[in-house]
Amino acid sequence: MTIRHHITDQLLMGYSAGQLPEAFNLVIAAHLSFCDECRARLGAFDAIGGALMGECDSVAMMESSLTATLDRLTQPAPAPRLRRKACKVLPAPLVDYVGGDLASVKWRSIGMGVRQAILPTDAGATARLLYIPAGQKVADHSHRGMELTLVLQGAFSDETDRFGPGDLEIANDDLHHQPVAEEGPDCICLAATEAPLRFNGLLPRLAQPFLRI
Amino acid sequence: MLDTAPFQKADALTASRHYAAASAAVCLRQKGKSVSSETTPEDWSALILRVRDTQDKAAFAALFRHFAPRIKGFLMKSGASATLAEECAQDVMATLWQKAHLFDPARASAATWIFTIARNRRIDALRKSRRPEPEELTWGPEAEPDQHEALELSQDTERLGEALALLPQKQRDLIERAYFHDLSHSEIATETGLPLGTIKSRIRLALERLRHKMS
Repeated sequence: MTIRHHITDQLLMGYSAGQLPEAFNLVIAAHLSFCDECRARLGAFDAIGGALMGECDSVAMMESSLTATLDRLTQPAPAPRLRRKACKVLPAPLVDYVGGDLASVKWRSIGMGVRQAILPTDAGATARLLYIPAGQKVADHSHRGMELTLVLQGAFSDETDRFGPGDLEIANDDLHHQPVAEEGPDCICLAATEAPLRFNGLLPRLAQPFLRI
Repeated sequence: MLDTAPFQKADALTASRHYAAASAAVCLRQKGKSVSSETTPEDWSALILRVRDTQDKAAFAALFRHFAPRIKGFLMKSGASATLAEECAQDVMATLWQKAHLFDPARASAATWIFTIARNRRIDALRKSRRPEPEELTWGPEAEPDQHEALELSQDTERLGEALALLPQKQRDLIERAYFHDLSHSEIATETGLPLGTIKSRIRLALERLRHKMS
């Protein structure tokens, strides 16, 4: 896999700082699963976090704290959550969210042969898998806020460049684009879009058509 | 459960006594040093390895006394109440014990590794959301990390601390706000004043070395 489009420093720092919505974290964790280079760069940002935490003003722990914690250590650790193995197309973090391999994805048609599956994440942004048949154009669209798109299989091109497996496209709200899936294997992507806060409450699903893809 | 309780208490007491011995040892080792009165990053890594390899409670107690108050400070600076921060700092230290087998001093310094645990706990506690983690990679054939690499990593980390300290106040503030939950993700994404290039150019951190190791 030759990856040409990587995570920006800003997003890597946001991921390291724990500041991104869950849907963005998912896209980044998926890219990191493919990309050694970004993973090594992430190490630098985690080190910044470690240095800042080390310089934080200490706040004294309660007197009984150490004893209480030592007591806990003798209790059996909670069983680690069983991690599912990556499948051919989906890296491990995605398999976790889908609850299985590609065959377990619950696709819904959104027209012109394009299918999507929304993945459960917190309200800050929406994550979806997209299935675009080879050669198919996606309805031309712009974004509300940032959109991250990670190619898992196949490839697409738009006004900006070509994106193959492992590539991450970062589109801001000024990008108006019409992605076209390449001939060859059908294109499968993971996309995260910022969901404005007003989607909170009663109407989140009804508001979805406004996001268009 | 009941009948083990006295032993746990005894363990804790022994551990505190061991801690005193351990810190005395650290002090002795530092007598020769004129500049720093601090335990070095390698010492902290060595203590985690003792937890990992021999479930050493004295080593754990030493780590707890140093890191727990900093984790608590970090969490409070990120908006947690004192009670929540106290509870989470204990959780983070208990996680350190449970996950010590995942610690690799050639990949992360003690402070870096503990930061990632604290950050994840903060996401759970303050945002109540999951954090997706990347796939575990196999990092080459060596079972034990190269000591030389661990040393280089800790030197990189030290340089990073120096680079952070040398930043102009305004840039330093931005970085801190990003890590202490005071900068939204869109601000992070669009903020052009973040001195990321500056910092990265000051550290050789891992990049070439890790890439080489992974390939």
